[in-house]
Amino acid sequence: MTETTSGAFVPPTAFAVPGRIAVNEQAAARWQQGLITEIRQETHAAATFRLKVPDWQGHLPGQHLMLRLTAPDGYVAQRHYSLASAPDGSGEIELTLDHVPGGEVSGHLHTVARVGDTVEVRGPLSGFFAWPGDRPALLLGAGSGVVPLMSMVRHHRRAGLTVPLRLIVSARTRADLIYADEYGAETEVVLTRAEGRLTARHLAPHLGAGQPDGGWEAYVCGSNGFAEHASRLLVEGGQPVDRIRIERFG
Amino acid sequence: MTAHDPVPTRGFTGRARAADRDPRLPPGQYDARDTWPVLSAEVTPRLDAADWTLRVGGLVARPRTWTWAEAHALPPSRYAGDIHCVTSWSKFGVRFGGVSLDTFLAGAGGPLPAATHVVAYAHTGYTANLPLADVTGGRAWIVWEYDGEPLPPEHGGPARLIVPHLYFWKSVKWVAGLELLDHDEPGFWEKNGYHHRGDPWREERYAGD
Ligand SMILES: Cc1cc2nc3c(=O)[nH]c(=O)nc-3n(C[C@H](O)[C@H](O)[C@H](O)COP(=O)(O)OP(=O)(O)OC[C@H]3O[C@@H](n4cnc5c(N)ncnc54)[C@H](O)[C@@H]3O)c2cc1C
Repeated sequence: MTETTSGAFVPPTAFAVPGRIAVNEQAAARWQQGLITEIRQETHAAATFRLKVPDWQGHLPGQHLMLRLTAPDGYVAQRHYSLASAPDGSGEIELTLDHVPGGEVSGHLHTVARVGDTVEVRGPLSGFFAWPGDRPALLLGAGSGVVPLMSMVRHHRRAGLTVPLRLIVSARTRADLIYADEYGAETEVVLTRAEGRLTARHLAPHLGAGQPDGGWEAYVCGSNGFAEHASRLLVEGGQPVDRIRIERFG
Repeated sequence: MTAHDPVPTRGFTGRARAADRDPRLPPGQYDARDTWPVLSAEVTPRLDAADWTLRVGGLVARPRTWTWAEAHALPPSRYAGDIHCVTSWSKFGVRFGGVSLDTFLAGAGGPLPAATHVVAYAHTGYTANLPLADVTGGRAWIVWEYDGEPLPPEHGGPARLIVPHLYFWKSVKWVAGLELLDHDEPGFWEKNGYHHRGDPWREERYAGD
């Protein structure tokens, strides 16, 4: 984290959630080729794309990248995607994309792209939503918003971390639930068609007396509607506003 | 500097487009049409207009604070034009209503000669840095209306800064004030790897661009 130097202007307003890490500006600036080595269908609408990026500088769970596609006439489409894989030094990374109806980039990847194709990526980007695995983390995600949170869960397992981690993930039905086979004791699934949306009741056991020493760092990810709803529930449940990090997919 | 030219992607043609790209669209951007994505990283504050204030401080002749009523008594000014978000969407022909930032700066006695930069900050504590020249001369506004309606909370209501010629993360939502400085000081996203200036026409997205 780039701390402000002494004498720097500090706004009289309260929060200013600091970023968790310093961002590697060189990695962020450079476009690299990503070779698609595997495509796995996760649900009827979501698939995981494994990319070989030989010079990948590594990332922290929660970070994202920019992906671009280029047409023969030079036309370019670029979008942000969260890293789904844990940092593992393999030179390969995974993204999980929802197939957005009529979507230009997700549509191409879901219907045209195949193993052996290349796309271009730059990143990792943004230190704000990153989780280095140091503080207890309470993760709330919906739909493809679970992608950066799964990177955190995978990292927690892979590195054998003991710091508390809880994931509450919501999806419309079991068939819409991304990574359904991968969840363990850390996860609670909310299927909204059957039980309705996330409520204070889901959060209550984790907040107040239920929180770990030092409290949670909360990470919320999904559509703007979900982010508004879930972050509001956290605030009402007593989670400090300056310890809620939100990634909205737009 | 992005190291090389884009490499064509097998099979990608892109969305059907007019032979001539819309000249209002900066490089790498697409037209979000009727949507207006929300990307703020913090909890949307519930801020009553009655509690909203705007402070102009630091290197100005007479630092001062305006209440909602005092700000609304200033001569109104509008922006009608385009906005561009670093996440790649642009929105054409949007209309914001409020007061020119020049009016607030004049109300604070004007910038002192030493002032070169500002930090704009929100009631949430979010910050963005800007060269003073980017927020003077009719290029920045404090706005509370969108399309003739009150600005919705998730878009920065009751009032936000807009600096439409730069990427929109500079247009601080729930704006609380501007501090004029004699040096540049990175704001929230700028500390998180984003470009210091953020000119969409030069595609200044991230540090190093
Ligand atoms: C930080 C961040 C991380 C993200 N991470 C992920 C992730 O991990 N997984 C994921 O799935 N998504 C993620 N997203 C969302 C992602 O960036 C894209 O927004 C999403 O994939 C849709 O892009 P698209 O090109 O497929 O759709 P777009 O082409 O952008 O279209 C979106 C919608 O608008 C309509 N539309 C827009 N313009 C036009 C037009 N001119 N003509 C016709 N229709 C139009 C489309 O029909 C479609 O319904 C993330 C976003 C952010 C900001």
